[in-house]
Amino acid sequence: MSETTTTTGATTERFEPKIVAFFCNWCTYLAADLAGVSRIKYSPNIRTIRLMCSGRVDPQFVLDAFAKGADGVLIGGCHPGDCHYESGNYKTLRRFHLLRATLRALGIEDERFRLEWLSASEADPLKVAVNDMVERLRALGPLNVQVPEEAFAEVGEEVAVP
Amino acid sequence: MTDKPKVAFYWCASCGGCEESVVDLAEKVLDVVAAVDIVFWPVALDFKTKDVEAMADGSIVATFINGAIRSTEQEEMAHLLRRKSQVIIAFGACSHMGGVPGLANLSDCEGMLATAYRDSPSLVNPGGVMPQTRYQENGWAVSLPALYDTVRTLDQVIDVDYYVPGCAPTPALLAKAVETLLSGNLPPKGTVLAPDIALCDECPRKASKPEKLEISVFRRPHEVLLNEEECLLAQGVLCMGPATRAGCEAVCVKGNMPCTGCFGPTSRVKDQGAKALSAFASTVASNDGAEIERIVGAIADPVGTLYRYGLPASILRRRYVAGS
Repeated sequence: MSETTTTTGATTERFEPKIVAFFCNWCTYLAADLAGVSRIKYSPNIRTIRLMCSGRVDPQFVLDAFAKGADGVLIGGCHPGDCHYESGNYKTLRRFHLLRATLRALGIEDERFRLEWLSASEADPLKVAVNDMVERLRALGPLNVQVPEEAFAEVGEEVAVP
Repeated sequence: MTDKPKVAFYWCASCGGCEESVVDLAEKVLDVVAAVDIVFWPVALDFKTKDVEAMADGSIVATFINGAIRSTEQEEMAHLLRRKSQVIIAFGACSHMGGVPGLANLSDCEGMLATAYRDSPSLVNPGGVMPQTRYQENGWAVSLPALYDTVRTLDQVIDVDYYVPGCAPTPALLAKAVETLLSGNLPPKGTVLAPDIALCDECPRKASKPEKLEISVFRRPHEVLLNEEECLLAQGVLCMGPATRAGCEAVCVKGNMPCTGCFGPTSRVKDQGAKALSAFASTVASNDGAEIERIVGAIADPVGTLYRYGLPASILRRRYVAGS
């Protein structure tokens, strides 16, 4: 949580969503790199993980990110037809739709899981996508995935004693 | 008392099918009884909890526990049996991964009881009676175990030494597990006592699996007349074989039904549903977002399909409700 000063001078806490971003080595990671060298400013809420291909994003990685406290997961890959490995991004697209439906059934809203095609030159669209996702997650609030053990300890207090 | 090794069986949140698989040992059960002394088995023998409490700690050589942990009583019994036993074996899909009762993790205790005692259309409950954990009448106070909001696997509650997978484990697998335990040549702790390879490997239809699977319509088994020899995935039916451990000898596939995943994942996989999802989705025969969404939309219940036996053991473990 960061502190921001309102016009009245009082400090309020603004929710800063944590987003894990899986970017492919050939396109979206270079877009993020370009945004850096171009000094384009965008919300610092993403934690970027570089992978060789968006197709390397095992659905387990996404679940793990949510389980360990991410409020959102963003996958960035090459535009359709531009995959360095020909079809990795199509596999990502297919998994994305089924994984999003599964996450929805587990109570994780669609806005929390996003797929963007961003080429190496698209630093500005990257900025727009990240800022937009951060705003949407701010409106949604934190994802309350609890550490299970803590949840059980709380329930355990109501144990019926014979 | 004899000096044969002492063995116990216990059940938690389960259907009784695992007990059935012990009985299904048929005449082999006599070999088991000849080799061990069964000191506790609520479904078959009249021993009480106090009998277990009276035993010395660690005096039971091995206890087989089936069923998931969803009530305070099951949790207490699991801890008691852990204390009394040298080896704990999670027996069957429910204690291994949460099993079908684990799908209750899509709801919570309140939602579940509301469905079971208030909202079901076939229900007759004019007084709106709901289960209570405490009740008093004529000066007598009675109590019942409480249910937790979240169903847990056995190893989320106590330390587990071995797992026998399956819904239910096949008698052959159980016989082999007992044999292994009695041999004294124990595998490393945490071992799942079944082959560590995907079911496709022992599937009789393995040869008919195409080099490249392409599915444009996902079908449920009742929607299609299934060919009895062709790979079920190639016919568009979601068969969990690629993401499921072998060892059942493909009994469901031999019955012309797809694998539903009861043996859980192999040791290299953390989340069986995620891996099955990955495998199924990549076979979708389209590169167009809207069409892909329509094709995977035919999977009516993704959690119930991908995590039929393993929601509590999955990475996320349960459904989460915003703001709770």
